[in-house]
Amino acid sequence: MTLLRIVLGLVVILAIGTAAFIGYAWHSRLDPIDPPAKASLDAKLLARGAELAAIGNCNVCHTAPNGEAFAGGLGIPTPFGTIYSTNITPDPETGIGRWSEEAFSRAMRKGVDREGRHLYPAFPYDHFTLVSDEDNRALYAFLMTRKSVSAKSPANQLPFPFNVRMLLAGWKALFFREGPYLPEPGRPAEWNRGRYLAEGLGHCGACHTPRNRLGAEISDQHFAGAEIENWTAYAIDSGSPAPLPWDAESLAFYLRHGWHDRHGVSRGPMAPVTANLGAASEADVKAIAAYVAEVMGRPSKERLAQGEAALAAARQEREAAPLRRTGETGNGAGEAIFVSACQGCHDGRRPPPFGGLNLHLSTAVNAPNAQNIINVTLYGLPAARGEPSAMMPAYRGVLNENQLVALLDYMRERFSRQPAWTDTRERVSSTLRGERKVPVYRMDGTTHAPPETSMRTAPWP
Amino acid sequence: MAVTLTVNGRTQQVEADPETPLLYVLRDHLELNGAKYGCGIGQCGSCTVMVDGEAVLSCVTPVLLLEGRRVTTVEGLGTLEKPGPMQQAFIEEQAAQCGYCIPGMMMRAQALLQADPSANEAAIRAHLEPNLCRCGTHMRIIKAVMRAGEIMRQNPQSGGAS
Repeated sequence: MTLLRIVLGLVVILAIGTAAFIGYAWHSRLDPIDPPAKASLDAKLLARGAELAAIGNCNVCHTAPNGEAFAGGLGIPTPFGTIYSTNITPDPETGIGRWSEEAFSRAMRKGVDREGRHLYPAFPYDHFTLVSDEDNRALYAFLMTRKSVSAKSPANQLPFPFNVRMLLAGWKALFFREGPYLPEPGRPAEWNRGRYLAEGLGHCGACHTPRNRLGAEISDQHFAGAEIENWTAYAIDSGSPAPLPWDAESLAFYLRHGWHDRHGVSRGPMAPVTANLGAASEADVKAIAAYVAEVMGRPSKERLAQGEAALAAARQEREAAPLRRTGETGNGAGEAIFVSACQGCHDGRRPPPFGGLNLHLSTAVNAPNAQNIINVTLYGLPAARGEPSAMMPAYRGVLNENQLVALLDYMRERFSRQPAWTDTRERVSSTLRGERKVPVYRMDGTTHAPPETSMRTAPWP
Repeated sequence: MAVTLTVNGRTQQVEADPETPLLYVLRDHLELNGAKYGCGIGQCGSCTVMVDGEAVLSCVTPVLLLEGRRVTTVEGLGTLEKPGPMQQAFIEEQAAQCGYCIPGMMMRAQALLQADPSANEAAIRAHLEPNLCRCGTHMRIIKAVMRAGEIMRQNPQSGGAS
């Protein structure tokens, strides 16, 4: 009798819990609308929306390789399965043409689609929730005036239980804090603007903050660096591996132009980010740079001295005769490859973006692993289409595993004060075998306007 | 110093500094003048040859990397009397104006078709992107590569380069 009571009690508690969860997880369906007439939207609002969409990097995930801009269909690999980006053009059937502004704002703020279904956080609403109503209005106007494209995205490939969207309510309860952004009083307006953009629409942390096993950003490792798409997103906090410390000015230049003569060029998944930021408002990019520079913190005297030493070493090499083999590192094979294949461009006589960076100044050589140099060496930096850009030839067909490992060890020893990498051979070997799939990005937009189509030359696996 | 190189099926010793770019060794030492010097920094593709079946820019490839590897140049695709499928297709389509970029185009295309003789036009365009042509012969070049693919598919034995 007692047992029965306990069981009954548990059932009741479970039922109440389930009902409460459903109540928490349930969102209403918002009524469909007829797509708004383009002429009904204010031109100034549209222009603002274009700048904001550039900061949001919307086109990068919502455009498939060789696909139409914003028409979705890009497969995004996650540890849980592949999620396909959606069509956010105003097509009424396959896009968001039937979404009201309210539905759009709700998706940004709460991560729920017009039908009331929870969205996967591959759509970074954990950041977008901070976006203000005013900016959402501008983004909505911008997207609703894009070319309407009829394109249905493939169905997500997620095994049970990840295909149950209701469970995302649980994820949200654990990790999601709803916005909008509240300015921190006592801070300068530019800092608040920069933080609002970097943490919100810009979603820098989506790549630069490591994630936990459930795919949520680890809040106490904010901007500590992570690996994404088999590219390393460097730490952009006090642990930044850049030999020459960044400041607000150099960051702003880099973010707007995609290169900096003392830091190198943006490449991999960062290439489209800087290409987009070239179309954002200058004041907004400056604010982002000011905020990120503040997160990086003022460099210590020691770091500043290291930066000066790196600059001096680069200057000396630029002015000296080309390196010959000296054998001083004890890695004769690596040195011979560097001297004969790399230094012709990387001696720094011609600075980035059209010449190679002197590697004393290279963040990649100082990074915690060799992956970014492996990627760039094997796949190169494919030139932009129809405009001048940085570029580097690919060495995939030439360098074998031993040669590349010797070269990387030499570069690390010669150009960095950091200890030798420990996992270089495994990374080289798995990349050469194609087990580490590396999406390659063209250098479009590193000097001029951003492209309307995807810069990926290879689709995600 | 002597380096050992296997070019178009022949293994030979060459008196050259191991740091010398492959292109110079091909042209100056082996008198294989098919591969062309264009930019010298791996940006134009006119020096393209194949190494173990992969397209490689010979102007930025020091010969010290090539021990035990098989190098193929445009001369290795066939002869004047008996042109290979790629050469035959370029002749039939008259896919050259000044011709300077053509050996590089042929070698990069050969690497693609050897791996996949049924490569379609989109794949060919994407694959040939690193190779530049200043005359604007691209449409004929693409046609020629498509035709080379047809010839290779009809006669699977014909496509392999030495």
